[in-house]
Amino acid sequence: MTLIPIAAFLLALLIGTIMIAFLGVNPLIAYQALLKGAFGSTNAIADTVVKATPLLFVGLGICIAFRAGVLNIGGEGQLVAGALSATIICLNFAELPGWILIILALFVGFLCGAIWAGIAGFLKAYFKVNEILSTIMLNYIAAYGMNYLLRGPIMDPLQIELGSFIPQTTRLTHVVDLPRLIPTRLHFGTIVAVVFAILVYIFLWRTTIGFRVRMIGQNIQASRASGINVQKYMVLAFILSGALVGLGGAIEVLGVHHRLFTDGSVSGFTGSAGFNGIVAALFGQLHPIGTIPASLLLGALLTGANKMQRAVQIPSALIGALNGLIVLLVVGSDYLRRSQARRMEQTAESKTNSKNKNKKESQ
Amino acid sequence: MKKELSKITNLSKVEKVEMRGIIKQFPGVLANDRIDFDVHRGEVHTLLGENGAGKSTLMKILYGIYRQDKGEIYVNGKLANLRSPLDAIRLGIGMVHQHFMLVPTLTVAENVALGLPSSRKYLLDLDVVSERIKELAKVHGLHVDPKAKIWQLSVGEQQRVEIIKILYRGASLLILDEPTAVLTPQEVEELFQVLRSMINRGYSIVFISHKLHEVLSLSDRVTILRDGKVVKSLPIAEVTKEKLARFMVGREVLFQVEHPSVELGKVSLALEGIWAQGDDDLPALRGIDLEIHSGEILGIAGVSGNGQKELAEVIAGLRESTQGKVFIKGTEVTNWPPSRLLEYGLSSIPEERMRDGTIQKFTVEENLILKDHLHTPYADGIFMNFKNIARESERLISDFDIRTPSRHTSLKSLSGGNIQKLILARELSRKPGVLIASQPTRGLDVSATEYVHRQLIEQRTKLKTATLLISDDLDEILSLSDRIAVIYEGKIMGVVKRNEVSIGELGMMMGGEKCQGDGSLDTN
Repeated sequence: MTLIPIAAFLLALLIGTIMIAFLGVNPLIAYQALLKGAFGSTNAIADTVVKATPLLFVGLGICIAFRAGVLNIGGEGQLVAGALSATIICLNFAELPGWILIILALFVGFLCGAIWAGIAGFLKAYFKVNEILSTIMLNYIAAYGMNYLLRGPIMDPLQIELGSFIPQTTRLTHVVDLPRLIPTRLHFGTIVAVVFAILVYIFLWRTTIGFRVRMIGQNIQASRASGINVQKYMVLAFILSGALVGLGGAIEVLGVHHRLFTDGSVSGFTGSAGFNGIVAALFGQLHPIGTIPASLLLGALLTGANKMQRAVQIPSALIGALNGLIVLLVVGSDYLRRSQARRMEQTAESKTNSKNKNKKESQ
Repeated sequence: MKKELSKITNLSKVEKVEMRGIIKQFPGVLANDRIDFDVHRGEVHTLLGENGAGKSTLMKILYGIYRQDKGEIYVNGKLANLRSPLDAIRLGIGMVHQHFMLVPTLTVAENVALGLPSSRKYLLDLDVVSERIKELAKVHGLHVDPKAKIWQLSVGEQQRVEIIKILYRGASLLILDEPTAVLTPQEVEELFQVLRSMINRGYSIVFISHKLHEVLSLSDRVTILRDGKVVKSLPIAEVTKEKLARFMVGREVLFQVEHPSVELGKVSLALEGIWAQGDDDLPALRGIDLEIHSGEILGIAGVSGNGQKELAEVIAGLRESTQGKVFIKGTEVTNWPPSRLLEYGLSSIPEERMRDGTIQKFTVEENLILKDHLHTPYADGIFMNFKNIARESERLISDFDIRTPSRHTSLKSLSGGNIQKLILARELSRKPGVLIASQPTRGLDVSATEYVHRQLIEQRTKLKTATLLISDDLDEILSLSDRIAVIYEGKIMGVVKRNEVSIGELGMMMGGEKCQGDGSLDTN
């Protein structure tokens, strides 16, 4: 059954082949460029992993939210909340020792992501505000709030002095750069992400709180009858979900960019990682460990596509389309997989029944 | 499309349907093993059997949902090739499923018209459909408003819509899959009247059931299935309730549970003047006073919809009481949250066991710890103790005879009876002081019902649990309760002792007559 999403993935690539061929480019060369771009060298692999890291953080947050039955579409906003707050901390407390500042910045990013998602959770749990709507709106507030700050209060003074007015902060103090793992762009944040994947797994399947989070995701009435304060756990799921995403945003700043910037659009800083992370989580069957390879795959696709664009001059719009196609087919195939699972269970049911009969007769 | 319509509406009546040597194999189980079955014009032929005996499978073959592996079906003497329900409908065979196939937000007429070509091609012809529904309703006594939305209708009315749906499509052989499972006794009687009058008009009915008294009252012939095989096929005159049960289960069945007398203890649960709103924001409970002693089962009898559901919910902390007080073991617990009530020794078997009592995608083991997973032995701090969970759930599975391949099986694949056993295991193993049992045997087969009854009595007798039993099944109330309270429009009409009341008197009270006796207990 795991073959279905893979088949869907291949089908998407096949359709992509046709699209590439229509542009007059040899698809084989294009895909070769993609593969080489994603895995062709140590640097390429490192770039893939770096690209996958925020996807994993968002994916982990999504795992918690979706398992709790709430749809957190606010990854974008929570990434920004985490990145922006971490940046502000680093700008204002630059004189603190490096490791303290790193921990402080990451913690504040974690906290602000939690608050940003918590708002949506609170509105949903206590005022029945649709969380899809509220999280998307919070995305806009966060993104444009950040864009405003980047053009004013926290803009790099040098930009003002030179009159170039590029909306970005000054480069953060070097003491907060996350350690590099090997001499590439690969940074310590990836390890943090993998550790958190394991923690999320333990949380969801080994703790009583995780058990309750999964309970409300499956059946609110039964949860209520079992003595669970459903509203409280709904808000908790949002908070934890947003916290992980916010941490991801902070790590993006400290590990990769070392400054906050925007191109003025909504996804100016995040590069849509807040949405792609949802795909990673779905691809990983909403399982934190499964989300690791899923993020890597998407990371590879994004990295490789960039390189493919440069190598064979395919417009970036096509890469976006290809990305969308994969999402569409993979999510669609999930439906197919589930209906197959249903059929399997029905068979199991009739088996159980026949077993019961045999038992009864032998009594 | 027009051709289809004319085919569907110009039907010849089904005179005789014969199924010969039907074999259907599912992976790992032979669901139907060389089954012969026939039904003639103007008769009710009942298929009787426990859950999983192969009744539904056989009828789904007749309705074209499944294909048989071997065997033939003859309709009016001609070999029929049923590739889909459409083929069955063309031959005049219609089926009402156990779970209704209606769209709740659409009207009756829209539901009936769904899937049929319109007589006005691309325009809707709902007025034509409505007229025809009214005609059918009048002829058969299936009263329902074509303009009503499905969600506004009671379960009994929804079932009428399902029957109208297949009559509209011209069916003259009706397959009814456990049609009474969801109905109140009154609705069952109404349904049976409708069915009897249809039989007199030349329709034929295949009735699937495991409720013996219904089978005896409605059928002309009965065929009993067990493990996919025909055990017996007999005219109804030749059977008794006991005989049917023996054929069906394969052993003797006790219908009357033993009801040993018990020394009553103190009052465990007391309600004083409880008022509560229903889902429609109108008062559903209007000043309920009740007392249940430890070691006592108090049965709530009443026509469904008179406040039973709200009463159970108020006690379980799932519905706010607007006035009045609830006491458990002398402590006032009015409007406590469910979590505190659970801690205080309240257990409940919910009416909607799939919705309120279990989580379908969770495993058997997880469902067993839904309520107590925060405590030892199931948890060490915030971590779950899987070793203890495994040990305890294995113990409960064997103690309560839950038939499941393993404790890791997902709940969905358990039968209704086993799901109810699981709920019993969870609720009773908590050693509750007060137990609310709502419709504890609804939809269960004979063996499972017998089991639930034995457990409830044992709980009362040995552990002195005060039990509030809410049931639409009057026989169940009479055989289990120590005292019976009758509820009518949110008020208690009277409380009577078991053995001191006739079904007739209960019936009067259920219809709103006050009871003369006060039913007070002379315990102390």
